[in-house]
Amino acid sequence: MENKIVAKNVNLHYGSKHALKNVSLDIKENAITAFIGPSGCGKSTFLKTLNRMNDYVENCKIEGTILLDGEDVYDEKVDTTVLRKKVGMVFQQPNPFPMSIYDNIAYGPRIHGIKNKRELDRIVEESLKAAALYDEVSDRLHTSALGLSGGQQQRLCIARALAVQPDVILLDEPTSALDPISTLKIEELLLDLKDKYTIAIVTHNMQQASRIADYTAFFLVGEMIEYGQTKDIFSIPKDKRTEDYITGRFG
Amino acid sequence: MTNSIFEKRKRISDKSMSFFIYLSSLLSVFILVVIIGYILYRGLPVFNFSYLMNTTSIINDTVGILPNIINTLYIIVLTLLIACPIGIGGAIYLNEYAKNKKFVDVISFTTEVLSGIPSIIYGLFGMLFFGTFCGFGFSILTGSLTLAIMILPIISRNTQTALETVPKSYREAALGIGATKWYMIRTVLLPSCMPGILTGVILAMGRIVAESAALLFTAGSVHVLPANIFTHVLSSGGTLTIELYLQMAKGNYDVAFVIALVLIVIVLGLNMLAKLITKKFDVHEVKN
Repeated sequence: MENKIVAKNVNLHYGSKHALKNVSLDIKENAITAFIGPSGCGKSTFLKTLNRMNDYVENCKIEGTILLDGEDVYDEKVDTTVLRKKVGMVFQQPNPFPMSIYDNIAYGPRIHGIKNKRELDRIVEESLKAAALYDEVSDRLHTSALGLSGGQQQRLCIARALAVQPDVILLDEPTSALDPISTLKIEELLLDLKDKYTIAIVTHNMQQASRIADYTAFFLVGEMIEYGQTKDIFSIPKDKRTEDYITGRFG
Repeated sequence: MTNSIFEKRKRISDKSMSFFIYLSSLLSVFILVVIIGYILYRGLPVFNFSYLMNTTSIINDTVGILPNIINTLYIIVLTLLIACPIGIGGAIYLNEYAKNKKFVDVISFTTEVLSGIPSIIYGLFGMLFFGTFCGFGFSILTGSLTLAIMILPIISRNTQTALETVPKSYREAALGIGATKWYMIRTVLLPSCMPGILTGVILAMGRIVAESAALLFTAGSVHVLPANIFTHVLSSGGTLTIELYLQMAKGNYDVAFVIALVLIVIVLGLNMLAKLITKKFDVHEVKN
């Protein structure tokens, strides 16, 4: 499988805190890659470097290279609007805008200049269908998205990310605030989506990683300890620390 | 054996405090009722719609406050037109763009001090700076510019507070999908802040309606009907509160109470409008 994203020797400092230490990692195209590790290990931080969401954090310095389709993400000529159209993001807490369901989905396409009503209608419908939410909300597209349940809100956020037709979707613990049924729906959805998209997911939940991820990377205090096919990581981990973590000895 | 659950303890401080709190809230309502009641009692019997349609003129032997009503509305609109863009824009800059925290603190402190300055000082400054130095003289423009400075802190503080309450997750969501900063502010932040911003604007309107000291030496006290609504901006015009002050000084209590009546109606109207608009613009209210 092709490498979609190649990260080489990425170092990240928050002020005096060395949050990522020399992380190198390849993310394969049309696969799900999971980042696991205890709280504060740098997995979310690493995820955010991939679409430059750390740009808004004060005193944040990044060294090393991250290539997306061979292009340097941190080149100063990069337009972050275009980058984030290609690399979408879904956050831990479902964060729909206080607008209608329709306007939430249309938000991204509108940024990128799509104004035609019929075109937007089509995108909204397709995105909601792709996020397995259309049947539940098709009769109330113009009501507030804040009236949806937590699980529906999160699928709405995934639909919103899909609406700009990204190549890569980054998910930062997308199910940690959800109940088991909603979690299951989102996991199924991600498995469906990987044929079309490259997916990177941060998760606290090791079972989740083993259920859905093709590749898994284990992080610990800013270092990427081990990375490989999920089945290998969970059955024959090479590093003692990975083994301790996945067998529940700490974390 | 422990105490019976029917054994009551006397909680004197608890009871006396709740009595005291009850009394204070009653008192504040009582004061409002007395003031409004007294104004109605003195104003209604002498009230006549001809006051609202006429201008005060010795030659025609008429008494009326129509020019003052027009001047008041004129000054409200003009002052808000000047102060809102600056106040809201400044707040957006301080909250969303400014990186230097010390600079933000200094400005926030300055605005707070600014809002505590007695209004007559604004009047003095406005008269000398806008009136004499800028050459606008005694005019509605001078008055509005002076008031604009005065209400700037109210508008910018309220906007800032409203911006602070917008969850970080909205910003992340918008930026994460490729919105530029200004697009994010325009489409997500400002709509979510609308109730807060409007609260500030309405409070500011209240300040404008109530103000007299800062206007006496800036907008002046002329009470003739505007000949032309556009050139009127450069002519002197007294607001309702100014006229109220002048009528009281002359001992014309009937007219003074009619003006008070009109002012109370305007203030009540503004407050009700505020409630209505704030509710209408509240994007967080789920309407199904």
